[in-house]
Amino acid sequence: MIRFARLVGSLAIFVFLSLATSAHALEEEVVLGLSQDRVAITADFDGSEILIFGAVKRETPIPEGPPLQVIVAVSGPSSPVTVRRKEKKLGIWVNTDSVIVDSAPSFYAIATSAPFQEVITDTEDLRYRVSIARAIRSVGAAMNIANAQEFADAVVRIREDEGLYSLRENTVAVDQQTLFRSAIDMPSDLTEGHYTARIFLTRSGQVVSSFETDIDVRKVGLERFLYSMSREQPFLYGLMSLAIAIVAGWGASAAFRLLRQ
Amino acid sequence: MQVYLPIAEVSVNAFLLLGLGGIVGILSGMFGVGGGFLMTPLLFFIGIPPVVAVATEANQIVASSFSGVLAHFRRRTVDIKMGVVLQVGGLIGAGLGVVVFNYLKSLGQVDLLVTLCYVVFLGIVGTLMFIESLNAIFKSKRAGSGPAPRRQRGWVHALPFKMRFRTSGLYISVIPPIMVGVAVGILAAIMGVGGGFIMVPAMIYILGMPTKVVVGTSLFQIILVTAFTTMLHATTNYTVDIVLAVLLLVGGVIGAQIGTRIGVYLKAEQLRILLALMVMLVCAKLGLDLLLMPDELYSLGAAGGH
Repeated sequence: MIRFARLVGSLAIFVFLSLATSAHALEEEVVLGLSQDRVAITADFDGSEILIFGAVKRETPIPEGPPLQVIVAVSGPSSPVTVRRKEKKLGIWVNTDSVIVDSAPSFYAIATSAPFQEVITDTEDLRYRVSIARAIRSVGAAMNIANAQEFADAVVRIREDEGLYSLRENTVAVDQQTLFRSAIDMPSDLTEGHYTARIFLTRSGQVVSSFETDIDVRKVGLERFLYSMSREQPFLYGLMSLAIAIVAGWGASAAFRLLRQ
Repeated sequence: MQVYLPIAEVSVNAFLLLGLGGIVGILSGMFGVGGGFLMTPLLFFIGIPPVVAVATEANQIVASSFSGVLAHFRRRTVDIKMGVVLQVGGLIGAGLGVVVFNYLKSLGQVDLLVTLCYVVFLGIVGTLMFIESLNAIFKSKRAGSGPAPRRQRGWVHALPFKMRFRTSGLYISVIPPIMVGVAVGILAAIMGVGGGFIMVPAMIYILGMPTKVVVGTSLFQIILVTAFTTMLHATTNYTVDIVLAVLLLVGGVIGAQIGTRIGVYLKAEQLRILLALMVMLVCAKLGLDLLLMPDELYSLGAAGGH
């Protein structure tokens, strides 16, 4: 009987705790602002900085315990990538093995308010796919190739070198556990598409709230016109390129003949 | 000033491109070559994707060759009939070249093919030119002028389908010019070059054409072949970047005019030795890249061959 009471007691505590946690999850919510929700790639596009700022909305006092941490992750459109490895064959370095990584974002930048390991636990990272390595999916890697993981690592390494992937710790400023802000640098070599900005609020490594919004990256003006024309009217585009070349060639020759006289 | 290239999808400095165009233009004006064999590798070095570099360079060569051929038309140093025969071969070759190019692109071996072509052809042409111009310098030092060499009458004259080329003063079979055209067309498509550096020696040594009509005729045939290559790349690969082409050709045409003036002050043999050294230098750089272990063994490409 006593044992039964004890069981009921611990069950009650368990229920209370889980209620508390779920209430806790609803307790804090992200209200987000972006300096811009679209990036226009113009002819003189030279990269862009997006300011991401927001506040934590809550009806109750700030919970006790470890402070609130914030993660901001901006990712570009994902697409499959062929990764090729060079090997020495007959004295020269040639591409041999290749692996198709199912999906890798064209751009991925993470900013955190503290070192990454402290901000989020590994299980939560697995669940929300936050870290760079988790953002890349290579499930269907060919079985005939050993070390398929090295190919996925290569994607990360190469794109980190190109400035397309970045993890910048301690770059989200959090004030009074309520206001936060960060700036994400978008490099000049952006590809267009729908980018998403995700914001995670965490406490002791657990995600308590998350928010997602779109950033539209598009070529505009002349860039848009030339790009769509090259895809939709390739024949006309080719003729236009040739016409420009011929006019320029003739123009240069005529201009220099005038100068000489 | 940074410029975002709409097709290459990279941002590059506009003055860097104008400068590159200008330097290559000066060299091409000095040496009378198209400069494609220098420009395309330079575009690789500054980070333009090779497929875009090759296709765009073909478009730029149309402009510089057109600019050049006008001067030759005024001097009547273009053998139009020979040019047309070479063009027939050139179009067949360019078609074949783009097919090979696209096939290897799907295998992921296109960079290797382009680099190998460069190493082999630049190596051969550079070395031959170097030896020949050294000989010429020694000869001119030793004595005045020897007897003019007699035109060769070899296997070229034994072939059927003879045709008269009045401007060149030749009566030869159409097979060798067509074959030369095919070979240069393939190279134009794969390497993104006009092929003048192969065409000019082939016209002189294989076809036996007089030197004064060689450059004009070569330019004339290069226009159509590179225009055709541009169209093929534009419609099958969508890789012609018109913004890149315009920036390069503005620098290029101005540079070419300056180069022509500089060329006047140098002796022909000295020019050829300099050109040979430059060709061998580019060849050595590309060759080393193949032989030495690269810093990064892995490379990324879009899946699905696009």
